[in-house]
Amino acid sequence: MKDLKQFLEGNQEEEDRACFDVADPPCKRFRHGHTEEGADDLNQNGVLSQIPLANDGNADVENSDVENSAVEVCNVCLGILQEFCEIDFVKKMCEKVNSSDFQFTSFVFSVSLPPQLSVREHAAWLLVKQEMGKLDLSLAKDDIVQLKEAYKWIIHPQLSEELGVPTDGKSLFEVSVVFAHPETDEECRFLATVCPDCFKPAKNKQSVFTRMAVIKALEKIKEEDFLKHFPCPPSSPKNLCVALEIQCNNGAVFVAGRYNKYSRNLPQTPWIIDGERKLESSVEELISEHLMAEFKADSFNFSSSGREDVDVRTLGNGRPFAIELVNPHRIHFTAEEMKGFQQTINNSSDKIQVRDLQLVTREAIGRMKEGEEEKTKTYSALIWTDKTIQKEHIAFLDDIKELKLDQKTPLRVLHRRPLALRCRIIHTMKSQYIDEHHFRLHLKTQAGTYIKEFVHGDFGRTKPNIGSLLNRTTDILELDVESVDIDWPPALEN
Amino acid sequence: MAAAEALGAARYFTRWYKTSRGGRARTSACCSTPTGTGRDCAGAALSTQGHGFAPLRHGNCQSCCRICVITLAEAHPLLQPGKTITSINYQISPNCSRLQNKVSGKSKRGAQFLTELAPLCRIASSDGEEYTIYSCIRGRLIEVNENILSNPALLQEKPSTEGYIAVVLPKFEESKSVTQGLLTPEEYKEVLLKRQNSSSGS
Repeated sequence: MKDLKQFLEGNQEEEDRACFDVADPPCKRFRHGHTEEGADDLNQNGVLSQIPLANDGNADVENSDVENSAVEVCNVCLGILQEFCEIDFVKKMCEKVNSSDFQFTSFVFSVSLPPQLSVREHAAWLLVKQEMGKLDLSLAKDDIVQLKEAYKWIIHPQLSEELGVPTDGKSLFEVSVVFAHPETDEECRFLATVCPDCFKPAKNKQSVFTRMAVIKALEKIKEEDFLKHFPCPPSSPKNLCVALEIQCNNGAVFVAGRYNKYSRNLPQTPWIIDGERKLESSVEELISEHLMAEFKADSFNFSSSGREDVDVRTLGNGRPFAIELVNPHRIHFTAEEMKGFQQTINNSSDKIQVRDLQLVTREAIGRMKEGEEEKTKTYSALIWTDKTIQKEHIAFLDDIKELKLDQKTPLRVLHRRPLALRCRIIHTMKSQYIDEHHFRLHLKTQAGTYIKEFVHGDFGRTKPNIGSLLNRTTDILELDVESVDIDWPPALEN
Repeated sequence: MAAAEALGAARYFTRWYKTSRGGRARTSACCSTPTGTGRDCAGAALSTQGHGFAPLRHGNCQSCCRICVITLAEAHPLLQPGKTITSINYQISPNCSRLQNKVSGKSKRGAQFLTELAPLCRIASSDGEEYTIYSCIRGRLIEVNENILSNPALLQEKPSTEGYIAVVLPKFEESKSVTQGLLTPEEYKEVLLKRQNSSSGS
């Protein structure tokens, strides 16, 4: 800005000159059409870490200015393009990254700037626009490179060099910095008086003056109103910004497979009431524990294509599941290593077994949930009857196809599910006579059918039911899931 | 009688009884509370019997399974031989019909709230008697059994299961205290015995 003004006026600007340059080095590029210069400026480490100058041969004068103003904080960038572009800060960030012990092959850098910087940028733009206007030149806000972008241009190559990996917008590994400038936090307030509808108090946000809200207000506010409320050029702050946090975060990875459950005493998720664990362990813990350790993840989310009760076994090919490992520190594993994990899990417990353990993408999870609602399941139920039965009493069940059921929400889940009526279909049944009071029934049903209630009738709230079909009081003694009919995840050769 | 009914769907419930004194008709209710080992327990079945109600309360983890099913208890007059039910009426007052109870969502919003003395329905028998069936439990009315409207015999044939009267969900905070005023099957039997003895003695 300073250079620009000097160029325009051929004078030396007396006030706050160092500052404007900082925000707009690419602006010079635009103005002068000297793309190379601009690029050079950005690529040379250290050049822009000082107050940028350079193109105009006023270097000497500006240098001395720089020395004097090196302790001054830029009134537009509040130090972002000053101190925080220096190699020291880059090294500090790398220290944090390296000590966090992540495995990564690329990174994406994200920075959060305090909202008042947008206000100051806006003020700087208005000022430059004014000056250019005097020369009949226009300057749209889009013509200005944003502070955040400029900062990234400077930081990316340095950070990339220090970390030894390239930047990649799609990278799962994120290095993020949050900056704050408490000294000027109140500066955004005037926007609320001029554009009150941009600032709606949100319950969970601490401050109403979020970056988005401030930017929206700046788009709306009229130039005159802005200049009335905000000093142009902006005031000089005493302090630099502070880097509140430097954080590293790896995007989640997904591990899928199918599990068999052989225990009739194992819940899907930990069963804890009033802080007391009611049943030891759970399906999700038995599968996820080892993976959490290998992937060094912060936490996991376990989901499966439907689920079974504590007292129900899952046989056959097993039930598809997927585990989201959150913020994993280790992400590179070969298929062989995955097989190894599968073996370890299987050796660790006889209550569950897993197969087809593999890494999958986030998108693949959708296929699994689709299975929950659409795909059929087959079951085997051990049924008791009060009155005696002979083979001929149950034979007719085999001939019933596509039996429509009306199931009200079972009493056993009614305390935590809405009351509703579900229509479900029993596709086929096959009975196996055992004795006068017992038989086994194999059924193939629509997803979402409550089998236990179909057997005992749930106080007549599932109609028809085996009891009503046999005209007896019936109960279910054992239930097994024989198959979950979905082709995902892809079967692996074991 | 109730023996076979103790199996099947009702197996997952514990029965509690309520007897009331005073008034011409003493009712006992049977409430079933969930017993099973499943994490999903039904609730308690309360059956009101012989002027007693027995609520069935389902579930073995009382803090999560709180549903109660209200049924007639074994000694209720309506379940004695020779009684024929002529009508079952869920319209308990000009402004209130239990049939109009509508609940929505997990928290069962919109449910009619019941106190222990809230009437659920009135049942008339062919001999001219009319019996009021009371909730015996504080909580939200989830549903009343419409099957007995179309088939009143069900109430007498399977009073503890398919002939249930209503399903009630007590407040979470009250779920443990809900059985406090109620009797276990053994206690109930004792009460009945005492009544028999005192009535035969007088």
